[in-house]
Amino acid sequence: MPFLELKEVTKGFGANGSRTEVLRNINLQIEEGEFVAIVGYSGAGKTTLINMISGLASPDSGQVSLGGKPITGPAKDRGIVFQNYSLLPWLTVSENILLAVDQVFPDWPPEKKSHHVASHVAKVNLSHARDKRPAELSGGMRQRVSVARALAMDPQVLLLDEPLSALDALTRATLQDEISRIWQDNRKTVVLITNDPDEGIYLADRIIPLSAGPGATLGPSIPVDLHRPRDRKTLNQLTRFKEIRSQVIDYLLASAPKRTEVQKTLILPDIEPEDLSIPKPLMGGRKQPIRRGDIRRESVEI
Amino acid sequence: MSEYLIIDNLTKIYPTPKGPSIIVKDFNLRIKKGEFVTLIGHSGCGKSTVLSMVAGLNPATDGGIILAGRELAGAGPDRGIVFQSPCLLPWFTALENVRLGVDQAFYTASRTERHQIAEYYLTVVGLGDAANKKPAELSQGMRQRVGIARAFALSPKMLLLDEPFGMLDSLTRFELQQVLIDLWRRDRKTALMVTHDVDEALFLSDRVICMTNGPEAEVGEILEVTFPRPRIRKEVLNHPDYYRLRETLISFLNERSDLRPSRDKVGVEQNNIPHRNEPGDHANRPPSTPAMALTS
Repeated sequence: MPFLELKEVTKGFGANGSRTEVLRNINLQIEEGEFVAIVGYSGAGKTTLINMISGLASPDSGQVSLGGKPITGPAKDRGIVFQNYSLLPWLTVSENILLAVDQVFPDWPPEKKSHHVASHVAKVNLSHARDKRPAELSGGMRQRVSVARALAMDPQVLLLDEPLSALDALTRATLQDEISRIWQDNRKTVVLITNDPDEGIYLADRIIPLSAGPGATLGPSIPVDLHRPRDRKTLNQLTRFKEIRSQVIDYLLASAPKRTEVQKTLILPDIEPEDLSIPKPLMGGRKQPIRRGDIRRESVEI
Repeated sequence: MSEYLIIDNLTKIYPTPKGPSIIVKDFNLRIKKGEFVTLIGHSGCGKSTVLSMVAGLNPATDGGIILAGRELAGAGPDRGIVFQSPCLLPWFTALENVRLGVDQAFYTASRTERHQIAEYYLTVVGLGDAANKKPAELSQGMRQRVGIARAFALSPKMLLLDEPFGMLDSLTRFELQQVLIDLWRRDRKTALMVTHDVDEALFLSDRVICMTNGPEAEVGEILEVTFPRPRIRKEVLNHPDYYRLRETLISFLNERSDLRPSRDKVGVEQNNIPHRNEPGDHANRPPSTPAMALTS
């Protein structure tokens, strides 16, 4: 039996009449200890999907279950990392993490809690910043705190909702390496939501594209059978990497909403722009632009 | 084809309390007419500084730039710029935003003609239906389309693209790269782009220039990209050379990133790099890393 399962899940928003179906017929089975990445366009319903796993939203029809039990609401067995970090601004790094630890392990003695917090702060390389508040941290550091907080809860499933999308390319790569390292240490079940096919392929055991909405549905599940630890540079030499990459990208490009094709005739006057470095003559001067040729008429498909 | 843009010994030095800080030193580049050239490098390597000097938005300390046989001094509509964030005027519609530049550059043309130009380019970038919407009603990707239309509508001698799709997610980026290349193909404007996205550089350019890391950035390795045009994403990805070039660029970026003076060898210190997307960071940056503050 799969560890985490979504069966025929459908979710829409809006009242009758103006209802839009966001997700349609979602079937997903994840084994314990598996790292699954779901890649899709922004607005396709990726966050709605992860909200239903976390219990923050419930499906309109179908079922979401973890370890055989249906998911009815948020619980400690699922830790989430949000794109916008969601840290409490008046608490320090350690205190933000302690807050979660207090909730999940209320019976622990204080020394055990603080030791637990310190070890998770160290795990994300933030020991030097443990007494800083979120406002004093860079985006990458904040997201590290958020990851540490989710891990400190020792959840059965870790849900990563576009954790790195707000970061610049370099910080993103560094954090991908860290997530990969931490995951290889403890092999938790992870669901990663992302809009970057490369991020999914680099991190996951399995990558599943989500077609463009509305009524988005999961595409083929593609196993990422690449040796770990992976190296961004040498991955490019592997035939399997190229196959996976083109499979994912092709699926997503093909699922992009089709433009309705309307033939429209447009006119583009074929004239030269004026040279603005020459002062405009107050009197006289040319009243007409320089024409290169006839007006270009063109049909455009929209 | 002759050399259309000549950048000769371009140098940029900023005075700082600790003495002059050399951002770009003796940067030389020649671009042929109709060529699409990309500068690739990390944030802070000075590539955007080079681009803003070509744009005329930032005076060079030394060296010169010649475009189509004339030395450049200051900004002008002969260079169309696409910025990372499109910087549209919020109280103008998409069409009015494009018209703003068109009305300047084509002031001798009739009203109808100017309208036709703006309408044409907006439609070609796929915004025919959204021409009368204000920027706030448009998605980030659509705003960037307006930015592209605005640059092309000026019929510039040259296009300058400063990380044009850096703020978009990877899939929207694919879509807009296609829009850009389709539009570019119509009249093959000479183009200079700055990016740190390896796939973007390979898909669009004829030539990719790796910039060594600042301070004192200069031209490093140069890659010729010979994929046949017109380019279609699927075909480019399946081209036998694609992943070889991709690996070269990724290793260039990886190795260079280790050499960055601001990134300490110990993994911990590197966390202190200010995050580029955060407003207000500029004030907090240490004066010893002016390149980062200026190019982000």
